[in-house]
Parts: sequence; structure tokens; C-alpha cells
Amino acid sequence: MNAVTWSLVLAVFVACIVEMVEATTIVMAMGFTRGWKSAIAGTVVALVALSIFTALAGYALANWLPEAALQLVIGTLLLIFGLQWLRKAIYRSSGRKALHDEEKIYQEEVAAAKAAGESKSGIDMFGFMVSFKGVFLEGLEVVFIVLTFGLSADNIPAAAYGAAAAVVLVLILGIIARKPLSMIPENTLKFGVGLLLTSFGIFWSIEGLGIFRDGSHSLEFPGADLAILYFLALVIVLCWALIKILRKPSASAPPTAPTDPAQAEEVVR
Amino acid sequence: MIKFLKAFGQFWYDFIIGDDWKIAVSVILALAATLGLYKAGVPEPAVTVIGGVLVLIAFVIALVIDIRPRSKKG
Repeated sequence: MNAVTWSLVLAVFVACIVEMVEATTIVMAMGFTRGWKSAIAGTVVALVALSIFTALAGYALANWLPEAALQLVIGTLLLIFGLQWLRKAIYRSSGRKALHDEEKIYQEEVAAAKAAGESKSGIDMFGFMVSFKGVFLEGLEVVFIVLTFGLSADNIPAAAYGAAAAVVLVLILGIIARKPLSMIPENTLKFGVGLLLTSFGIFWSIEGLGIFRDGSHSLEFPGADLAILYFLALVIVLCWALIKILRKPSASAPPTAPTDPAQAEEVVR
Repeated sequence: MIKFLKAFGQFWYDFIIGDDWKIAVSVILALAATLGLYKAGVPEPAVTVIGGVLVLIAFVIALVIDIRPRSKKG
């Protein structure tokens, strides 16, 4: 594998870990409170639905859209996802938003599950639906990342291997820990993935604007693929500056500041 | 049926637009401005680089709008 393929696999792997941690937290909360039968059933049905969606969307994207249109559509989606992730990461690092806390999300899900009351049927519909929705929603974001990175790099298998490795890793960690995976520095990972999605998104969406010119050929950046790197550097500098500028004076000890050292390391200093 | 369509639309809105519509709007506006520059005859290498910078400027504007102090009503 060359450097581009490795960076593709790494980007998908990290993005998938973040989404899988969130899905695992929801499924665990349902499993421990509503029963594992319904939580696992919801998870399996969601994975089947995701597989069907991936096959259909992947085929449609790869076969029906011209290259420039594909770049424009997927680049724009990546850009919106990436900038949303960066926005939250910047707010969290500057003390304007609480850090993503899997432990807290777990407790909220458990409280909602207990408040939902007992189920009369064999499969607990509350646990099934919450698990299904959690896995499907988080998984859909991974599917988009796998499809877009894979199609653009013309290497869907490499992207799929990256995602599969992350799924296996998070599942193993979840089974071993038997509690929310709050030890994973999710905020830091999200920051990194946001940087990558934004840089790739800028590159592909602007190249894809070539669909509107005669011949529908993609636009070309000076330096070709190297543009991804110089935009990555620019986005890193911009985020660093925004965190400095937006940092609240009380950010060193805000009400939402982490007390757990494992989380404290995630606050960019 | 209408309920289903509303839920379907809401799902895709939440998924793509997320909790801050300004980000999606800033991306669309920046790309539209980039296309406008290209159609106006700005050379291709310059358009691509300016386009990328425009996306980042639009992102900063969206953040500034998001965090600006809001005047109290009543």
C-alpha cells in the first residue's frame, strides 16, 4: 500500500472509532437496562439496513454520476460534516462547550430506558428501537465517509478494511471493559477527523465545480493532490487561532471543565 | 404518509445540516462564489485556491454569527 492508501485507511479508521464508541455507548445502556436480546437484535437489524444502503448508494454513486459531479456531491457533504465537527471541537477546546462525555450520555440513556417502563412482549421494543437508531445513525456517517473516501481514492476495499478494523477494535474494547468507553480520547479524535474531512472536502468540492464548465472536467488545483496538504496546514493554523481567540477567560476552570485527567488532556492548550 | 415524509425529511435534515444550519449555508455560498469567479474569467489555478480560502472565511463568519452576543428582548 502507498502513502495515500495508508492515509485513507487511517482517516476512515479514526472516524469509524469515534462513531462506533457513540453507538456502543447507546447499545450498552440498552443492553444493561432493557435486556441484551433486544439491544443485539436492534444492532443486527441496523447493520443489515446499513449494508443494503451502502451497496445501493455505492453502486448509484459510482455508476450514475460523472466524476466531477461525484466530487462535488461528496466533497460538499464531507465539507459540511468536517466543519460541523471542527466547530464543536473548537468550542470544546476554547471552553465554550462541554466535552463529549460518554459516561454522561450513558447515564442519560439508562435513565430514559428506566423511565420507559416494562415491556410486555418478548422483544423489548424500546431497547430494540433505541439500539437500532443509535447504530444506524452513527453507522450512516461512517458509510458516507467510507464511500466518499473510497470512491475518490478509487479504493473502496481499503476504506472498508479501515472501517472494519475500527468496528472490531471497539467491539473488543467494549466487551472487555463492559462499560462506556470514556477512556478513548474522543474529542481529540474528532478534532483530527474534522481536520481531514475539511481538507479533503475543500479539495474535492472545488474540483467538482468543473461539472459546470464545457466538457464537465474537474478543476485542477496548483500542485494537484498536494493541495490537500497545504489546505490541511491552513485549517490547522486557522483552528489553532480560533481556539486562542475564542477562549473564554474562565476556560481554565469553567463549570464544564473536565475533572477527570483523562479528559483534561483533551483540552487544547 | 405525511407523518412518514416529515420524519424522513427531518432525518436527512438532521443528518446533513446538523445542529447549525449556518455551516451548510456557508459552504454552499462559498462554493457558489467560487463558481461565480470561474465564470467571470478568473484563471483556474487562482480560482481553486481562492475557493478554498473562501470556504474557510465563510466558516469563520458562521462561527462569529454563532457566538455573537445576542441583545436581550423584553
